[in-house]
Amino acid sequence: MASEVLEKSNIDLVSSPPGIEGPGFFATSLDKVIGIARANSIWPLPFATSCCGIEFMATMAAHYDMGRFGAERLSFSPRQADLLMVMGTIAKKMGPILKQVYTQMAEPRWVLSMGACASSGGIFDTYSVLQGIDRIIPVDVYVPGCPPRPEQVLDGIVKIQELIKNESIRRRSRPEYKEMLAKYGIE
Amino acid sequence: MEEQELLTSVETKLRENFGDAIISAEMMRDFPVFTIKRDKIVEVIKYLYDEPEMEFRFLTDLCGIHFPDNKGKELGVVYHLHNMPKNWRVRFRIFFATEDAVVPTLTTVFSAANWMERETYDFFGIVFKGHPNMKRILNVDDMVGFPLRKEFPLEDQNREDKNDSMFGR
Amino acid sequence: MATKNKNNAIQETPVVTAEKLEEKEYSILNLGPTHPATHGVFQNVLKMDGEIIVDSEPTIGYIHRAFEKLAERRPYNQITPITDRLNYCSSPINNMGWHMTVEKLIDAKLPKRVEYMRIIIMELSRITDHLVCNSVIGVDAGALTGFIYVFEEREKIYEIYEEICGARLTTNIGRIGGFERDFPQSAWDKLYKFIEDFPKVLKEFEKLLVRNRIFMDRTIGAGSISAERALNYGFTGPNLRAAGVDYDVRVMNPYSSYEDFEFTIPVGTNGDTYDRFMVREEEIWQSFSIIKQAVEKIEKLPKGVFHADVPDFYLPPKEEVYNNMEALIYHFKIVMGETEIPKGEVYHAVEGGNGELGFYLVSDGGRTPYRLHFRRPCFICYQAYPEMIRGNLLSDAIVTMSSMNVIAGELDA
Repeated sequence: MASEVLEKSNIDLVSSPPGIEGPGFFATSLDKVIGIARANSIWPLPFATSCCGIEFMATMAAHYDMGRFGAERLSFSPRQADLLMVMGTIAKKMGPILKQVYTQMAEPRWVLSMGACASSGGIFDTYSVLQGIDRIIPVDVYVPGCPPRPEQVLDGIVKIQELIKNESIRRRSRPEYKEMLAKYGIE
Repeated sequence: MEEQELLTSVETKLRENFGDAIISAEMMRDFPVFTIKRDKIVEVIKYLYDEPEMEFRFLTDLCGIHFPDNKGKELGVVYHLHNMPKNWRVRFRIFFATEDAVVPTLTTVFSAANWMERETYDFFGIVFKGHPNMKRILNVDDMVGFPLRKEFPLEDQNREDKNDSMFGR
Repeated sequence: MATKNKNNAIQETPVVTAEKLEEKEYSILNLGPTHPATHGVFQNVLKMDGEIIVDSEPTIGYIHRAFEKLAERRPYNQITPITDRLNYCSSPINNMGWHMTVEKLIDAKLPKRVEYMRIIIMELSRITDHLVCNSVIGVDAGALTGFIYVFEEREKIYEIYEEICGARLTTNIGRIGGFERDFPQSAWDKLYKFIEDFPKVLKEFEKLLVRNRIFMDRTIGAGSISAERALNYGFTGPNLRAAGVDYDVRVMNPYSSYEDFEFTIPVGTNGDTYDRFMVREEEIWQSFSIIKQAVEKIEKLPKGVFHADVPDFYLPPKEEVYNNMEALIYHFKIVMGETEIPKGEVYHAVEGGNGELGFYLVSDGGRTPYRLHFRRPCFICYQAYPEMIRGNLLSDAIVTMSSMNVIAGELDA
């Protein structure tokens, strides 16, 4: 039987959220259903600038396969993307462009900062490198490493999935969220 | 041809045609290095390009250098030339003061010098007279100061998240 | 003259007069820094006449990380991680090039076995660089499958690097004077397995693209440059060899015992995208044959030699540091930066994945270089890009850019 096969293997299907089950219906809160749907079909926007971009290409390739987490379809258009993955050093010349790409993304949006350079400037403590993208945009998950191994990147994606699953659907319209965005100068 | 022979043959040819523009000619490791007067550098390189026995037709590299201790000759530009068929490599250096950092451009001889000169301008503030597009290439356009001069600090002085005392600076 | 349009009605073809040509307006297209097809961050503002490119203006510097200024602050063995990040698709070549520059400055002689080991690492990384470039040309022309096949082979090479130095991509491999440890047996086993399995995969990749009618139509004639213009622009490496000039630093100024090996230099004719693709493809086969020759040569040499005798720069093994006074003093001097470094200027070039990667080092005897300049082949090749795409279609421009193998880290440094 299928359930026996699933028990013996280590395939982790998405389990249903807590709710009330009955003949022909399943009642749970809308938050949870939307959370599961969003978390398992992320459309990432790969903002690859340097070496971490090559490790991202290795993560997307067949050996480490990010597609099994639902993030198969890369979107290079900010409007259609959910997750902005900033991979690589962001120089001060690139900062305004990153901010513009972030503001063009439609809500809900999450940001994953991959690598030491995007998280804090990395080994480049110089006059031309932005010391971390959280100077200009709010970041949800940081993945350290130089470059991080593909397993670490997948760990970061899983953490993003946890964040997405547990997020309330009213979060983006709350005043605290707007205050936080205002601190970065984003309306 | 051995490097020492190359040094003497190039030096003789240059001294015949340019005389006092050659300040010095020496061997540094395996490279013949010539120090030239700044205003003759394009003529010297064009001569080496055209002269049938020299034929240095490849510009390997062009970079700047800053010696703040040599008063009057602080900034410099270093050219590496290469004669591919015979595999000869030479280096030319010119030096001049910071207040008068103007050098004739090499883009008339080599198109490769275009971006290399822009990079040297960006890093040292050396203006190349006659360059088609003399503006910064790697740094932000409105940057003040020239980063690779020795007095310019490496770190961004306005960053708040790094504690200099912990980093041994 | 009159023609029939779709609905079979007669219409007059508009006549283009000289006045009309002058008032033509060109459209400006921004191939911006963030674009799926530009692999790296550089911007091109294209002036287009319909689909044909009339002029373009590149802007670079979006990932300028000030390597040259950073190198003036770091001691000689701490500069290796910076050189990693120049051409990050083939970082061992950059590392080895830097070590050879310092060895030229201090006049160190390396044993043959170390040089052959260096050659194996450098040729493996050349294979990875060319594999990325070729598969990405395929991706830009629409063929995504080759990319996925080829990255599996890169994983195998990454595993070999991991056995030797611990890292996959930015390897920091080797030390001034040799290697930090001998290659373990697991690395040799993985290398032998790679030598067995690689030809099949590469032939499969070639079958996908090399005589593929669509690929050839896309790439032949796109972005061509003549040999004279390429030489004037300072091209080196596969871009120059595709234009017809057989210049290879490994043959002209041999370093690290390349003169003991037999390999051919593939040369193209037109300097267009297809030639660049084919030159890189053939170079992968040549690198593969060099690796096989090196493995055979190493088997004949006495085992266990993995560094030269340069106690001023190469850290002594820890057992000796704890027991032997001399080793302790050398260790202290190297780590604290008290070694006497000769003064002088050195220029050393290696054949990187894209051409002649040069290191111009000026030392004034201090523990950090006085001036270090990288002669970066991508920076110099990319200058010619506006000239190469003039008159081509937009899709040709995309394929040309990926065939020049412009790596943003090396472009901006």
